[in-house]
Amino acid sequence: MSTLLDKIWRSHLVRSQAGQPDLLYADRHLVHEVTSPQAFAGLRAAGRQVRRTDLTYAVVDHIVPTDNRAEPLADAVADAQLKALRANCAEFGVALLDTTDPRQGVIHVCMPELGLILPGQTVFCGDSHTATHGAFGALAFGVGTSEVEHLLATQTLPQDRPRTMAVRVGGALGPGVSAKDLILAIIGRLGVAGGTGHVIEYLGKAVTALSMEGRMTMCNMSVECGAKAGMVAPDETTISWLRGRPYAPQGGDFERAAAWWRTLPSDPGSRYDREVSLDATAIGPQVTWGTNPGQVAEITGAAPDPAGLAGEQERASALRALDYMALKPGVPFRDVAVDCVFIGSCTNGRLEDLRAAAAVVGARKVSPGVRALVVPGSGQVKAQAEAEGLDRVFKEAGFEWRLPGCSMCLAMNPDVLEAGERCASTSNRNFEDRQGRGGRTHLVSPASAAAAAVTGRLSDPRQLI
Amino acid sequence: MQKFTVLTGLAAPLDRANVDTDQLIPKQFLKRVEREGFGQYLFYNWRFKPDGSPDLGFVLNQPRYQGATILLAGENFGSGSSREHAPWALLDYGFRVVVAPSFADIFRNNASKIGLLLVEMDGQLMREWLQRAQANEGYRITVDLARQEMLGSDGFACVFKIDPFHKRRLLEGLDDIGLTLERQAEIKAYEESHQEPWQAVAHGLTPRE
Repeated sequence: MSTLLDKIWRSHLVRSQAGQPDLLYADRHLVHEVTSPQAFAGLRAAGRQVRRTDLTYAVVDHIVPTDNRAEPLADAVADAQLKALRANCAEFGVALLDTTDPRQGVIHVCMPELGLILPGQTVFCGDSHTATHGAFGALAFGVGTSEVEHLLATQTLPQDRPRTMAVRVGGALGPGVSAKDLILAIIGRLGVAGGTGHVIEYLGKAVTALSMEGRMTMCNMSVECGAKAGMVAPDETTISWLRGRPYAPQGGDFERAAAWWRTLPSDPGSRYDREVSLDATAIGPQVTWGTNPGQVAEITGAAPDPAGLAGEQERASALRALDYMALKPGVPFRDVAVDCVFIGSCTNGRLEDLRAAAAVVGARKVSPGVRALVVPGSGQVKAQAEAEGLDRVFKEAGFEWRLPGCSMCLAMNPDVLEAGERCASTSNRNFEDRQGRGGRTHLVSPASAAAAAVTGRLSDPRQLI
Repeated sequence: MQKFTVLTGLAAPLDRANVDTDQLIPKQFLKRVEREGFGQYLFYNWRFKPDGSPDLGFVLNQPRYQGATILLAGENFGSGSSREHAPWALLDYGFRVVVAPSFADIFRNNASKIGLLLVEMDGQLMREWLQRAQANEGYRITVDLARQEMLGSDGFACVFKIDPFHKRRLLEGLDDIGLTLERQAEIKAYEESHQEPWQAVAHGLTPRE
């Protein structure tokens, strides 16, 4: 009996020797501007080439401004990094989705939508949210720059085999409750380091009921509980989503590939190193109150009292977090006013996310004094949203409608929170200073972010739909 | 990669759990295209106030910890992003060893590629080391990788575990890419036996007809 992970691991073993890490072949290596320049410099210094330019794809996403892309960029250091990626891709023969390419976008949004990510593959990238691609039944995880260089030079990665964890989610998510709420609840349950050393496989009715977008949202944040990767076995939802995508196999090749994909799900009765079960029916919209994604609660609740938490470290961490977030223990979330709303990112910048947010906005207006941004995850998402008129819903409500990029998720571009500003954000990390020094981040779903924008407070979107 | 054998150095206690990579090296410093020079930005938002002056309350700014080469920390150290800039910054600042009850996976991998030794220490023993480094000014620790041993300047000592292959890589300063390139024939053999039509995208990302 084999799990999905076993099957992918076995089929990618270049070499396995006791006492050493296994050597895995990389089917896809995704590259962006922030974690690659030193890797290309390393190749150049050693006189090495990129081994498989046909399996290596680059895009610029982290530093691009989302309002004005005129060059040189106002930030000279960012401008140099953008030009370094261009020069490196040209020198080494790597395909690049540049700022002017209509397919450009956040790497974990635009690469899958092109059909580049397929079930059963190994996918690596110098970015922790590479876990996103596990949604396709691929083994996908983030690596550092030394590993990027290793991948460029050898198309392989030495890796110790991770442990396995099954997270089974029964029941069904209620209206207004999304994959984002589900993964936040899972992280809350496991804790911010609960998945360390493990690859999580998500199973159960509530998981298979998710769209590919929902699965990407869920797998994306697997790393926020410390997991190496998250995965969902490929099924008919996966196969029909991939059919006809530009770089997915075509015609008879597609059918042959799909027949193989259908053999990938874990065999019934497979064993995992750890198993956790949840009931989706019991999960409501979630909001983080602290400074790591495990510090999360139902949006109908209140900021916790650290005194009531178990464990000295937990209490110390919660005290520090509430102080940073300027939240008094016991304050109901619905009484917490926001200054900013960010809808976008590799977690929640897809069409389904924008539809969910727009449905909450409807004919309402952004609350006075709230700065609200919608940053589509890719050029294609932006074009599709505009074709459906979602951009008009947002713009008429008072949202800014931006160009694709990572934007305020990590604020490496000009989209930054001011000190003390509070933001309801559909991104993935609420670390101190993440969205701007002294900025306060509450992670929520797109529907909840839209609800916060129109009410000016953290809000339960179920009351607005 | 830089070798690691034995080091005796000043220990600095950073008694916090979940020290994340956004704290280790804030994003505004990730735009640089060099590998060196990140030490000045390590823990930037904790070391420096918004006006740029040093925050003297932060442990690494205290005179007694200047020149520390061993960082003692809380659980889940290095959580968050894949930025190798985080271990680069630690190394460039002067740290050669981080001791903590647990480390995040990607951070652990990254540190292992550049010769920054991570010692995983049982929570009870970790408290001992943290308390000793706080209580005794000038507290020094000798970290001996070959013997897998830590010895404090007050005689407190313990052994630690480390993966044998990783230990050898550190002791000998082995370069991963060099090791893998010795396996060219095996990589080629793998490629030749895995040529499903859906694997390769031979035409790069030029738009398809």
